[in-house]
Amino acid sequence: MAGVNAPIVTAPSGSQPGGAVRTRKRRYSLLTAQDRIVLALMVGIPTILCLGLIWFPTVLSFLLSFTDWQGVTGITAKNLVGLENYNYLFTGYPFFWPAVWHNLLWLLVFVFIATPIGIFLAVLLDREIRGTRLYQSAFFIPVVLSLALIGFIWQLMYAPDGLINSILGRTNDPIDFLGNPSINIWAVLVAASWRHAGYVMVLYLAGLKSVDPTLREAAALDGANARQTFFRVVFPVMRPINVVIVVVTVIESLRAFDIVYIINQGKNGLELLSVLITNASIGEANLLGFGSAIAVVLLVISLVPIVTFLVRTTREDGS
Amino acid sequence: MSSVQVATTVPAAYRRKRVHWQRIALHVFLTGLALLWLVPVAWTFYIALRPVGETETSGYFSIAQTLSFQNFIDAWNQGSMGQSFLNTALITGIAVPLTLFISSMLGYVFSRFSFRANLLLLMMFTAGNLLPPQVIIVPLYRIYLLLPLPPPLSEFGHWYDTYFGVIVINTVFQTGFCTFVLSNYMKTISKELTEAAVVDGASLWTTYRKVILPLTRPALAALAVLEFTFIYNDFFWALILMNHSDKRPITSALNQLSGGFFTNYNLFAAAAFIVAVPTVVLYLLLSKQFVRGLTLGSTKA
Repeated sequence: MAGVNAPIVTAPSGSQPGGAVRTRKRRYSLLTAQDRIVLALMVGIPTILCLGLIWFPTVLSFLLSFTDWQGVTGITAKNLVGLENYNYLFTGYPFFWPAVWHNLLWLLVFVFIATPIGIFLAVLLDREIRGTRLYQSAFFIPVVLSLALIGFIWQLMYAPDGLINSILGRTNDPIDFLGNPSINIWAVLVAASWRHAGYVMVLYLAGLKSVDPTLREAAALDGANARQTFFRVVFPVMRPINVVIVVVTVIESLRAFDIVYIINQGKNGLELLSVLITNASIGEANLLGFGSAIAVVLLVISLVPIVTFLVRTTREDGS
Repeated sequence: MSSVQVATTVPAAYRRKRVHWQRIALHVFLTGLALLWLVPVAWTFYIALRPVGETETSGYFSIAQTLSFQNFIDAWNQGSMGQSFLNTALITGIAVPLTLFISSMLGYVFSRFSFRANLLLLMMFTAGNLLPPQVIIVPLYRIYLLLPLPPPLSEFGHWYDTYFGVIVINTVFQTGFCTFVLSNYMKTISKELTEAAVVDGASLWTTYRKVILPLTRPALAALAVLEFTFIYNDFFWALILMNHSDKRPITSALNQLSGGFFTNYNLFAAAAFIVAVPTVVLYLLLSKQFVRGLTLGSTKA
């Protein structure tokens, strides 16, 4: 099986220049005219769709962010406002910094709580224990649910007469977990972590299974205990999967949207960059230029994990 | 702790009593945690089974006197969940095979030919898949209002508010992930096989169809299960790119259900449980495919 390490090794090999040129020439000569048409269609159609529906809008977002266009009339030179949207976003818009903070908090909770829990579960389950499949299923079930549904389900947990208030004995004087703006982001993060930990567990478990058992044997013979074996031997050789988990964790925290949107449209303490974009330009207002400026901020932040991932994937080429 | 880890390699350690107790402690811990993990789902199911009249008088946190499936029936009917599920079936039924078809062709080209542009294209598709959808939604929404689409596919003549539009954007977005996984998978297939086919006079299409596709079947099966779940779980595209709630797939329809059932948690819970059933059952039946799909790519995003 291709295994976990396979995706890290990508990129068509072009490492031996002489050989590559020769092969390419021979391949070309073997392609008939019909083959070339098929080839062009196979690559051309998806490329046009991807460029047209993902990358062209990305560029448009960037361009629109310098305008005050509201979408009602055609766009003209009069709509150009320079950096005004950004200026207002950083200095005047009251929801921007809270949203940035919430996205950052999301990332911190995922990195320092949910991901370690997932790794911990994977390490516990990566042994010859009876019923390991049952345990894995229990932890993995939230992962197959959508974040929208998770938001839906946790509203029942957090309801005034829901399970959590009942256990705390607070049904007469309920804690407003989802309505109180100083605690609701934490309540949502518990729900989101519930899913993320299971996700990390499965990825990590697959990584652990691919670790050469002789490494552990050698460590054991050298007198290493379980903790030393994990942190000094297993964790370092899992570098490729660690990178994937970091990328997944960062991307998931930037993409968070569904769970807060289903709870309260991402307001009143649950602001996130993704929700601000949607609300500013599609929801209640028509501030397309302003919404695009927020989108550009989110894009720039997202490029960090995306570029990290792509650079890693291509650098491993041929190794 | 230490001896548990060592136990797998040094059988003698099993005989030690300490290990035995540690095993039990581990099982107790894992069982407790697994049960805790299932509490939200179990709580939802429990509320859904209880009539609203009973929970109004005795509260939700109480022993049930009556259990019935009436809430499930009511939620299904009042929330027009049947229609939403049909929409989901239509969207996933087309988008999943289409995504796999397109990605398998791209993967084939990227893994068999060393064109200079291959790497760049693969990066373009992968990066597109990793982008938060909200980054492109403002222009995309406008583009959908402008792109023409003839009547049988669209009532109003544009891509907005059509199954077609939602299928296309889901497909394009998921293609990056699948291409990434499939091109890596196909690289493990020996080049001699396809070269032999070409020498025997097979066309490019025949080589793809008769040599590569059959050998890629395990990866395609794993991805089909995974992609079904991803597209089933998509909330955002249909929420924004559709206007009529009767066209929205079930996950996006949760947004209306959330408002509609707000006063009746029992119906709310029943609806949530119904929506969870397809992916959970699929996972329980095909958990191997799920895990393989995720770990083949090791990045869902």
